[in-house]
Amino acid sequence: MSDSALSPEMPSKAAGNLSLLDRLQERWKTIVIIVPFVWLLVFFLAPFFIVTKISLAELAISSPPFTAMIEWADGTIVTIRLVFDNFIYIFEDPLYAKTYINSIKIASVSTVLSLLIGYPIAYGIVRSAQVTKQLLLFAIILPFWTSFLLRVYAWMGLLADQGTINNLLISMGIIETPIRMLYTEFAVYVGIVYTYLPFMILPLYANMEKLDATLNEAAADLGSGPVNTFFKITLPLTMPGVIAGSLLVFIPATGEYVIPDLLGGGNVQMIGRQLYNEFARNVDWPVAAAVAIVLLLILVLPMAIYQYYQGKAAEGS
Amino acid sequence: MVNQSSVRSLVNKPALNTDKPLLQIRNVTKKFGEFVAVNNVDLNIYAGELFCLLGGSGCGKSTLLRMLAGFETPSSGQILIDGKDMSGVPPYQRPTNMMFQNYALFPHMSVERNIAFGLEQDGIHKSEIKDRTHNMLRLVELQGYEKRRPNQLSGGQRQRVALARALVKEPKLLLLDEPLGALDKKLREHTQFELMNIQEKVGVTFVVVTHDQEEAMVLATRIAVMDKGQFIQIGSPTEIYEYPENRFVANFIGSANIFEGTILENNNNSLKIATELGEITLEQSSALGVGASVFLGVRPEKISISKDPSASTDGYTTSGVVEDIGYLGNTSRYKIRLDQGTLVDVTAQNHLRPQNRTHAFSWEEKVTLRWDASNIMLLKK
Repeated sequence: MSDSALSPEMPSKAAGNLSLLDRLQERWKTIVIIVPFVWLLVFFLAPFFIVTKISLAELAISSPPFTAMIEWADGTIVTIRLVFDNFIYIFEDPLYAKTYINSIKIASVSTVLSLLIGYPIAYGIVRSAQVTKQLLLFAIILPFWTSFLLRVYAWMGLLADQGTINNLLISMGIIETPIRMLYTEFAVYVGIVYTYLPFMILPLYANMEKLDATLNEAAADLGSGPVNTFFKITLPLTMPGVIAGSLLVFIPATGEYVIPDLLGGGNVQMIGRQLYNEFARNVDWPVAAAVAIVLLLILVLPMAIYQYYQGKAAEGS
Repeated sequence: MVNQSSVRSLVNKPALNTDKPLLQIRNVTKKFGEFVAVNNVDLNIYAGELFCLLGGSGCGKSTLLRMLAGFETPSSGQILIDGKDMSGVPPYQRPTNMMFQNYALFPHMSVERNIAFGLEQDGIHKSEIKDRTHNMLRLVELQGYEKRRPNQLSGGQRQRVALARALVKEPKLLLLDEPLGALDKKLREHTQFELMNIQEKVGVTFVVVTHDQEEAMVLATRIAVMDKGQFIQIGSPTEIYEYPENRFVANFIGSANIFEGTILENNNNSLKIATELGEITLEQSSALGVGASVFLGVRPEKISISKDPSASTDGYTTSGVVEDIGYLGNTSRYKIRLDQGTLVDVTAQNHLRPQNRTHAFSWEEKVTLRWDASNIMLLKK
């Protein structure tokens, strides 16, 4: 104890107090983690099991419109019926395969377009002065203040045959007859890229903001021109942002319903519309549920990749 | 203000070719809006030198270094490296390499690939890149760390990777921005000597920016003391420390007791100056006329302190009482209140272990101070 008397600035080791604090901290961590877990359990896992259950049932004229999985009699289980017909149907009917592939294609192209547009925007925001930066970020988030549906309707007005863009081009004498844009795949791309661009820009911005600008100077100093520096230094280091942004665009775009429905009309087949048709028009809940399950499985893969890179990024820093 | 002739004092570097400067900075000014970061500086640096730009933060030393590297463009003036004008030459085409203050190692590349990066840009053959990278790793004693990522290295190791990466291209001029700033004190002292050894081995000209006067004193063949974008004095470490030209330099490098004075007489190599300590005679020549006000400076370690008032009366003698004691182990720093009121700093070596487990001199003790007139530095206002 004489040691501590000589060096009063050394922190005293009150071991009992510390471990109590540790225990409290440990418990607090558990509490903090439990909240999102319960949330996921109630609002994701439970609905997922219900949908799975429906996908394994048969269409029935009843309410709800499907057969029960478990039949009870006198408090004991009599039969458990699992029907895989819905999945077999989805895999056998080429319409579904085509729709899935088309959805993935549209989502992929939209993701690449968003990346090509979003990357320079994010880079520009990061490199601008502090005041401008805040203003530009505000502008990126601003569209969220208006209803998503309204913004898609606005695009209908812009893209229609008698819409703003065509009228403008005709009045300027550039074209004579309107270009057909609404109800084409082009309109769907415009809609998706427009809607999801902020989801690309924001993670890219967050990633680039951490990027040390002197790394570019170091590369230049070592004889690397601007283009080479971009591909050797900037791009590899912003890859986590690229992946995060791409998945945040790709995943919701694949299952998108409103944009293909309003801007694509009947000409663009996407799985979200198909799901809606089965559910609301054909009132075939089991097939709709099966479509949703297959979609989910398709999306789990990129989500897993996303999580993997998130974990890796967290480890790296 | 700037004294180019002081290059002659580099006696320990006989090979220095002072006919043809490697780096010429000609009337360079850099303005950021209204703010003048570098104000009309003029400097020659010769091959083989280890030149230090020394100054406090915001003095313009880093801006000057960044202009040499090509990251900033001078608002006016010219920079020539090996006789070639560097204006309009981008950083990636300059014969300079820079070691960054935060090292700026590429976090996604291994140590080996970080060092090889510069050579790869020049399209050098793979086997040669491997050889030169390997040699560099040996020079900085990092063999076995080839595959490590920068975040798996200690601060000292990162510093050495940064040095190796900057040296591997064998630049004409190596620019170092606070090269030892991020290291702790012990490692910094060790690395200072390592850096000097490496510089001697590779023979590359170094320009070092630092705010640490001790670092500049140890490393440099010549130092330029900077303030407010200008060179205040250029000279060898000894010149800067022992013969500062003005009050700023005397205070910035080490510490000094400064007294105000007025010249009473100035006749061939003898100055009589009136100060608060009385009249002082200096065996020095000066262009200043009678009546001019000057500063006189005395370094704290050049004042001897004793308890014996009857000791030899050579030089200037005065007495006072000990007001404060700073005990540093090897030395002690005393604040002495002179009888006539002035407070003077005195540093004394602790040659002997005091037997009573206290200080050689204690508080309120009456002491005699003495210094030689030749130790008095005549400083411009």
